[in-house]
Amino acid sequence: MTRTRLFMLAVALIAFGVLPFFLKSYGLYLLTLFCVYLMATYGLNLTVGYAGQMSLGHAAFFGIGAYHAAILLKLGWPFLLVLAIAAVACFIVGLALGFPALRVQHHYLAFATLGFNVLVFLMMRNEQTITGGTFGISAIPRPSLLGYSLDGAIPFFYFTYASTLTLVALLWWLLRSPWGRAFAALRDNPIRAESLGINITAYTLLAFAIGAACAGVGGVYFAALVGFIEPAPFHFSWSMTMLLAVIVGGSGRFFGPVLGTVIIVLLPEWLRGAQNWYLAVFGFLVVALMVWLPGGLSSIPDRFARKAAK
Amino acid sequence: MTLRPSFLDVIDVRKHYGAIKAVDGVSLSVRPGEIVGVIGPNGSGKTTLFNTILGQIKPTGGTVEFCGEDITGMSPLELARRGVGRTFQTLQVFGRLSVRDNLIAAAQESKGTMPGRLFARPDAGLRHRSDEMLGLFRLEHVASLPAGSLSYGQQKLIDIAMAFMPAPRLVLLDEPCAGVNPSLVDELLDLLLALNRTQGGSFVVIEHNMDFIMKLCPHVLCMVEGRVLAEGPPAALQANPQVLEAYLGN
Amino acid sequence: MGDLPQLLVSGIAAGAVYALAALGFTLLWQAAGVINFAQGEFVMLPTFAILIAIKAGASLWLAFLIACALAMLVLGVGFKRVVVDPLVRFGVIPLVIATMGLSIGLKNGTKAGYSALAFPVPSAFPSGQLAFGGVSFSYADLGTLLLAGIIVVGLQSFLNRTVTGRAMQAVAQNTDAARVLGIDVQRMVLYTFLINAVLATVAALLIAPSYLAKFDMGDSIGQKAFFAAIIGGFNQTRGALLGGVLIGVLENIVGFYISPAYKEGVALLLFLAVILFRPEGLLGKAEERKV
Repeated sequence: MTRTRLFMLAVALIAFGVLPFFLKSYGLYLLTLFCVYLMATYGLNLTVGYAGQMSLGHAAFFGIGAYHAAILLKLGWPFLLVLAIAAVACFIVGLALGFPALRVQHHYLAFATLGFNVLVFLMMRNEQTITGGTFGISAIPRPSLLGYSLDGAIPFFYFTYASTLTLVALLWWLLRSPWGRAFAALRDNPIRAESLGINITAYTLLAFAIGAACAGVGGVYFAALVGFIEPAPFHFSWSMTMLLAVIVGGSGRFFGPVLGTVIIVLLPEWLRGAQNWYLAVFGFLVVALMVWLPGGLSSIPDRFARKAAK
Repeated sequence: MTLRPSFLDVIDVRKHYGAIKAVDGVSLSVRPGEIVGVIGPNGSGKTTLFNTILGQIKPTGGTVEFCGEDITGMSPLELARRGVGRTFQTLQVFGRLSVRDNLIAAAQESKGTMPGRLFARPDAGLRHRSDEMLGLFRLEHVASLPAGSLSYGQQKLIDIAMAFMPAPRLVLLDEPCAGVNPSLVDELLDLLLALNRTQGGSFVVIEHNMDFIMKLCPHVLCMVEGRVLAEGPPAALQANPQVLEAYLGN
Repeated sequence: MGDLPQLLVSGIAAGAVYALAALGFTLLWQAAGVINFAQGEFVMLPTFAILIAIKAGASLWLAFLIACALAMLVLGVGFKRVVVDPLVRFGVIPLVIATMGLSIGLKNGTKAGYSALAFPVPSAFPSGQLAFGGVSFSYADLGTLLLAGIIVVGLQSFLNRTVTGRAMQAVAQNTDAARVLGIDVQRMVLYTFLINAVLATVAALLIAPSYLAKFDMGDSIGQKAFFAAIIGGFNQTRGALLGGVLIGVLENIVGFYISPAYKEGVALLLFLAVILFRPEGLLGKAEERKV
């Protein structure tokens, strides 16, 4: 990364950090929600964008994390412990979901992961004794950390913001390591990768598991932020939405999910009055985007650069 | 049987698809540092033989031994770990990765453990080695470009360089000259001879370009209909009427 | 066990509607390599077309014909020209993404442009029951079975008996070979899109009375059509029929004898088992994996 880019990144991060002072409570809530979804979409970008797998089950992991948080936080368990449990649980379920990917690929994998999401959704809706069914679970407490309560909107925002940055930094480090290269090799050409000694079985499973763990972590913060959860946000249509966020942002590009999540979470919530029209336009724009810009929005600068070079 | 210093021994390998005998009792042996050529008309079973040796498909019968170990039916992954590399008939590079990353990806898994690699340096300690190969294949100037954006010839060079990155003990090359323009063919020949000299690996090469095979391989097999029709020095094969008939007949 | 015949008949009737939507889904895949994630919305839109035509004073059957014509124009020709044709050369996944976008667009467009509420739609069949040997069947179920049956038999004989139908099958099986034989591939593909639009409209007519016309009705129908196609084998036309009927019957039986909450679960488990152990579907042929 060049020095100017690093500088721009720092400015953007600080600007985002001081935004809460200029926002009312709803705006602050949206910023926090944005961070929460960012954790999930970053995870999905690893699974889909870097490792080249197909997943329509990401909302299920988001939900598994959220329900873990709702149930355990209400029991008074410490937040960090809950976070770790949810991440590990999603990691393990993610490993399991990776197994179909070893047998089937592309659209079949989309079907399989979608089926998984529907299954999880049914369980959330029907296992009322655990999940509260369609009534959901309410009055989920905000966490406290080292005795310091994060009840207020501003402390909770900073806590979430810091956690998101930590997660994103960890992913950056992971993708920069030889693992990141192995994921990309798996995406670009699995047969060649295997002939070069890259353990495609292990990396496929890991791609799902790590992506799932990120979604689970996001889900924990979601439950703590919203304070009330029910099955709807974990329906497979949200998996589709998250997948579109990754693709619209530019799959396999590190900052792609930021753009995608702005478009898919922040703008629709912000434009509440015109939300339906916004989503309608968004849907048709996805179609147009696939036709005109298969590399996603963050490939626009590249495209101009290439044109300029010619 | 006398004790030979060979380290790849393919013994009576067969691959049948129902009544079709794609490979029907082929034996060959390769000594350390040796370059063996395999020629034969299209459909004579050359690539099937490769895929059988390399674990891409399970043989119907016969054994493959490498350094005294039975490697018959081993997965490509296990073979790669034992130092057996290959190239494919068609281009197989990682299109979105840079050329340098292609080369590093080709060698990074050959040593250490997976958890170890997570904590390893981003270049997996292969910066120097990749520089060396980039230089040898004259790819320095495109090192940071995505492999998929380059010309066919350059991608072919990357493909071959990848196979040699982990300094394999044995490389099976499936038609390295296919689709490559004539000027590059000579370059490729020099490269392979240089690699053989400096790294000492053994090669098995499938190729239709007879001129290339003549210059590269001291020992050549001619396959026809799944069997070895003749083998020996290339000059002898070229003079063999059976071989000529197999190529020109029908 | 006295309920069983009735459960079977209404299950098959429900399944027949899923099968119609699933049939269109498989035809699109075979002819054009399109996996249509907006198939549910392709049923929702004609439902609203029927509703609006009725509100404008048309009779139900006239409304149905108007909806058919509109569907062929928009969901047939329009869908092919605007979405599929430019994208088809990029492979399966970009089209999958595009149809997901289309699904979101159509759903929210209907919600924003028309209404977020559910509207009743009249049934094509009289209400009431037909008693038969101690068991009674509703006219709606019987009518649905009859109409769906006619459509399926008609479609099959069109595909198998007519020159055009056979040409369409040739395109579905091997596009290149069909082109060599001088078949106008694009025209055959267009016919497939038109047939899909009509099937979706018939499904809309049959399902609207029980589902009501609502912008998100496609979620559930689309999902079932999708499951039905994959369970049966979505490179086989018969697969969609088997899958649809299987789901309809299983849902009814499980809903009645076990638990209504998990009636969707059975089809789902079957679906997951098929995906994992027989990805080509119960009746399907394995597709060659390309190296």
